[in-house]
Amino acid sequence: MASRLGRWPMLLWVAPAVLLLVVFVYYPVVENLRLSLFRWNAFSPVDVWVGLDNYSALTADPVFWSSLFNNIAYAVVSVIFQVGGGLVLAAVLEELVRGRLKGFFRTVYFVPAVLSLTITGLLFQFMYNPQIGLVNGFLDAVGLGAFKHSWLGESATAIWAIIAMSQWQSVGYVMVLFIVAMQRIPRELYEAAYIDGATRRQAFFRITVPLVREMTLLAMIITISGAFLVMNEVWVMTAGGPANSSHTLGTWLYKSAFFNDQMGYAAAIAVVIFVITLAASIVQLVINRGKTVQY
Amino acid sequence: MAGTVARPHYAETTRRAVASSIGRTVAYVMLIVLAVAVIYPLVWMFLNGFKSNAELFGDPWGLPTTWRWGNFVKAWDLGVVRYLMNSVIVTGASVVTTVLVSALAAYALTRHRIPFAGAITVLLLGGMMLAPTVALIPLFRLLRAIGIFDTYLALIVLYTAFRVSFTVFLIRAYMITLSREMEDAAIVDGANRWQIFWLVIMPLSRPIIVSAALLQALFAWNEFVFALVFINSGDLKTLPVGLLAMQGRVLSDWPVLFAALTIASIPMILLFLAGQRQFIRGLSEGFGK
Repeated sequence: MASRLGRWPMLLWVAPAVLLLVVFVYYPVVENLRLSLFRWNAFSPVDVWVGLDNYSALTADPVFWSSLFNNIAYAVVSVIFQVGGGLVLAAVLEELVRGRLKGFFRTVYFVPAVLSLTITGLLFQFMYNPQIGLVNGFLDAVGLGAFKHSWLGESATAIWAIIAMSQWQSVGYVMVLFIVAMQRIPRELYEAAYIDGATRRQAFFRITVPLVREMTLLAMIITISGAFLVMNEVWVMTAGGPANSSHTLGTWLYKSAFFNDQMGYAAAIAVVIFVITLAASIVQLVINRGKTVQY
Repeated sequence: MAGTVARPHYAETTRRAVASSIGRTVAYVMLIVLAVAVIYPLVWMFLNGFKSNAELFGDPWGLPTTWRWGNFVKAWDLGVVRYLMNSVIVTGASVVTTVLVSALAAYALTRHRIPFAGAITVLLLGGMMLAPTVALIPLFRLLRAIGIFDTYLALIVLYTAFRVSFTVFLIRAYMITLSREMEDAAIVDGANRWQIFWLVIMPLSRPIIVSAALLQALFAWNEFVFALVFINSGDLKTLPVGLLAMQGRVLSDWPVLFAALTIASIPMILLFLAGQRQFIRGLSEGFGK
């Protein structure tokens, strides 16, 4: 009797966590689904039921589609440079560099990842500046002056310039995730392979890549779902411009809600983001469950 | 006989050794070039903080002619000190609440059999899948309704709520591995659960608590979306939003903005350099399993 009673008070220990989650995470996400079916604005909050109108407006909105395209571009480029680049970089560091120098490179590559995207965004605004920026200066210096652009000021280049900044900032982060995974691979596997005459490149493709497969998938999921939530650096560097060309779903949601005062419409954008990121998370969950690689 | 086998083998090894040393050199050159590409923008930011506007435009690549510390003072007075303080308050408070709330839950889930443990675990797991952006608009209404819109508390509560899932799983994975012996000894000595938690479990979990605190600090310090939407008062803005507001205030005095960016970068870089091992442990426990 006493022991049965004894189990219930322990619920108090998880209560704060559960309460915070239910009130500030679950409730708003569910409420957002409902709000996407209404037309309303921030200061006269009389909700008008409009059914799926917000969603049909979405499909007719060219900025929604260009935002979605920009998120997809973000995801594709990030998977190539951050996941692909991070994997190669981690392997080169683990395989070739020893001791202090290894720690030095790892630290240097990781440093940008601890900085706020506002800091790096503002910094790269200057880097891309046509007058003082290092990017155009570098192109001039190596004789590629013909490729100079007002990178953030032109519709054709703005989003790509932002994406490039993001690669600079995050490749070190993904690299560290891979280093962690690689350090779990027993050295004997490599020693045995080298004794059998394998080259470094063969060892990379036959040992390293297969054995960090889960981390590769995990890093891809993190990178992809992160790419659909991008907002900070875009808002800082271009605020979606010029001519709405560099909006992502996140900035377009923010602008629709708090500048154009179309809260219901913004809620519908949030639902789209919700569906995409949820799908990514479910894939991640399945991968985590299906861990089978044995060393 | 041994010689005829050995000679081509020897030649092959030499060829490989040469190829490998060329490959090694190329790899090193690439690593160094990349390191420069990563660090140079940050050095440029730092140096530009000391320039005059004329120097910045005349010679963007060069060193400043004199070290104008005045730019840093000006940046400090123009708002950096305020934003820095706000960030310290919000980050500090949310680190304490997040780690505490998560450790309590992790303790209950790993060291005791509690009712609904399965359902609670699923709830926590689901919490990791829900992104702040998706909750933004309803939260705008909710925070106004409960009267904490435009306060530190709004950010502290949200930073805790959106990170509690990740942090519980991080701490839980570590607490599961602790042996029961110390706990049992404490029970024999008549300690209650509260005492066991503070005097046995928390000290034993110190390494993961430190990692969890560092990762939470990194998140809270850099968080942008909530800080942008739920804080209106200029006096309450944290660094990521405050710096953006400052950009408008310094007008064309760009070196002052560079100085502000430099000041704002320093705390997290120092924290990372000091706690690098714990940072990486947190990442590997959080994502590596």
